Amino acid sequence: MDLAFSEEQEMLKKMARDFLTDKFPKTAVKEIEESELGYSPEIWKEMAELGWMGLVFPEEYGGAEMTFLDLAMLLEEMGRACLPGPYFSTVVLGGLPILDAGSEEQKQEYLPKIANGEAIFTLALTESSARYHAAAIEVKAAADNDAYVLNGTKLFVPDANVADYMLVVARTDEKSRGEDGITIFIVDAKSPGISCTVLKTIANDKLCEVVFDQVRVPKGNILGELNQGWSEVKKIIERAAVGKCCEMVGCIQQALDMTVDYAKERKQYDRPIGSFQVIQHYCVDMITDVEGTRLSAYQTAWMISEGLPCTQEVAIAKAWAGEACQRVMALAHQIHGAIGVTIDHDLQYYTRRAKAAEVTFGDASFYREIVAQEMGL
Amino acid sequence: MDFELSEEQHKFRQEVRDFLEEELKQGRWQPSCDAWIMGFDPAFTKRVAQRGWIGLTWPKEHGGQGRSFIDRLILTEEMLRYGAPAACHWFGDRQIGGAIVHYGTEEQKKELLPMILKGEAYVGLGMSEPDAGSDLASLKTRAVEDGDYYVIDGQKTWTSGGSYMNWIYLVARTDPDALKHRGISEFFFETSLPGINVVPIVDITGGVHFNEVFFENVRIPKKCLIGEKNRGFYQILHQLDYERSGMERLMANYPLFEALIQYAKETKRNGKPLSEEPVIRAKLAQLKIELEIGRLHMYRVAVVMDEGRAPNWESSMSKAYGTAFEQHLASAAMEIAGLYGQLSPESKWVPMLGMAYHSYLSSKGYSLQAGTSEILKNILALRKLELPTG
Repeated sequence: MDLAFSEEQEMLKKMARDFLTDKFPKTAVKEIEESELGYSPEIWKEMAELGWMGLVFPEEYGGAEMTFLDLAMLLEEMGRACLPGPYFSTVVLGGLPILDAGSEEQKQEYLPKIANGEAIFTLALTESSARYHAAAIEVKAAADNDAYVLNGTKLFVPDANVADYMLVVARTDEKSRGEDGITIFIVDAKSPGISCTVLKTIANDKLCEVVFDQVRVPKGNILGELNQGWSEVKKIIERAAVGKCCEMVGCIQQALDMTVDYAKERKQYDRPIGSFQVIQHYCVDMITDVEGTRLSAYQTAWMISEGLPCTQEVAIAKAWAGEACQRVMALAHQIHGAIGVTIDHDLQYYTRRAKAAEVTFGDASFYREIVAQEMGL
Repeated sequence: MDFELSEEQHKFRQEVRDFLEEELKQGRWQPSCDAWIMGFDPAFTKRVAQRGWIGLTWPKEHGGQGRSFIDRLILTEEMLRYGAPAACHWFGDRQIGGAIVHYGTEEQKKELLPMILKGEAYVGLGMSEPDAGSDLASLKTRAVEDGDYYVIDGQKTWTSGGSYMNWIYLVARTDPDALKHRGISEFFFETSLPGINVVPIVDITGGVHFNEVFFENVRIPKKCLIGEKNRGFYQILHQLDYERSGMERLMANYPLFEALIQYAKETKRNGKPLSEEPVIRAKLAQLKIELEIGRLHMYRVAVVMDEGRAPNWESSMSKAYGTAFEQHLASAAMEIAGLYGQLSPESKWVPMLGMAYHSYLSSKGYSLQAGTSEILKNILALRKLELPTG
């Protein structure tokens, strides 16, 4: 057992922190959040040049051959910086599933485009029931000669407004309501019949409603196997949940750091409020939650890196992270006092993102049920 | 980064399990909660000692096995999982032997360590006093030099292991004129000496594991001093990091966890097992989540110790976290048991062998012993977060 990062990983982490700190002061985050695109194409290009998009892809697809654990560290730093934009969608939700389940031809076509920053990807999974269960998949894909025709509505699709491609999870066997009969398609986002509406969200990210109206997708664009897509979707959800946990580590670590700094500086009754025991204990409760989130997030990231089955560990990590984030942010606000609830204070960026991350790719209730099943209950 | 145990460590865990399974098969003891502190079984301790499982992490030249803290965590985790009666050797193994290795003279190491290693020294911890609890440095028990002896006078309380100890580890004041942190020393001696009077304290569960210990004119040879005279308080701070580091702070009532799951599966309400009720499923899953997060904290502490560093904030964090978890577990078990929860272990109809009842009561003490959760949070605030003092 060894819980330390390697020297190379420490270097990657430092490089990421320096870059993100430099490029994403909160003024920039605010501007990008409020922009129509929701990301900065210039910085996107720079990130691609740093090798971040293809970080975990093999060299033959333009990647850097690093591990999911390395990516996890990068995601932590992105969480810390409140990075706006489609990195998570492109790499975690688009690139990794193609690397995992794509045909050689698909990998050669799409992965280099992702790695060099040319293509933005996303995943169109959830629908109006807002649940991550197979039964929630109602968007239909009907075979028609050499194509499938997609009809229906996806909700909460991240970054669909700027995506070049979407992985669309659709039902190809109408008779089935469960895990069978689900297929993943790689869909050109500019295909006729796709319309996208950006929703207004707590994190000011670009979650979209995407409507498919008679959208034709070539049969060759099936990712993985026809009707057997759900097993890959489960892997996507698991991996994305871990990715979110890592972002959340960055998010709440930063909220903790800001809060401890504030408690050392802010004076009342002629002394720093951080010298009051109640404030000290709040801060300790925060760091205990942060450390628990960190340990479990990295345990799962490491397991995914090693290709180990980790359904229970992921469920534990995400259930914990979701609720721990809420506790941490509540105390961060309590200690910051009124200044922390102003729109001009940086804390609100973390509060809003922590709430979104809690529910994205499964909240604590969702994962508690998985833990219960894993316990044999 | 590597979260996996080595193959040898997996094998070692299996070896410990096989041993404990065999013990159970032979009917040598019944699993119980708090057995690490309340299960006094000299024969069991002897059998553990024969396997070389006391002093696992001590250097080989002192009779230990020179193994890692992770190995020891595996060993203790399994002892706790099985509710094995390990109280006779727990303190000697966990901290006092280590303190002697660290601060003792060569003579003390030669004389004292083998007794602990053989499972013959049952060590009690003489720290707290009636007026010195969290504020340990206020202790009043005196140790006055008199020729080749120190003469001990005073009173200890909440002395863990006091009811079965044959050796005591004692902190006493050796310089009443110095600042209170700077006049304290540590001693280790046999409790058969004249002038020592042990009075049991019955705890909230009806059990006896801590005691009042009175010292009246007790003459101990000078060689019983451990480490440097008047530096005892600083030595203790270091030792406490280890005292707080172990799995017993998370899994003292683990047998209840398994019993509770079993109970929820087997108990039917409205024709359905309790475990199928959404609220109860969620509660049990939440306990599992909290347990596993706690295990990560515990393993992290062992990793830190294996790196050769005292876990000076990590063990405070893991202990405060762990004891809170144990209280959640006991409360959840009582809640799920409903009216049955109030039945004592001896009662007809009692569920879960009375472990819910027992743990509900005993777990109140978990967040007090070896540093209250509040003291631990103070340590974290100052040592880790570097928040200012008043």
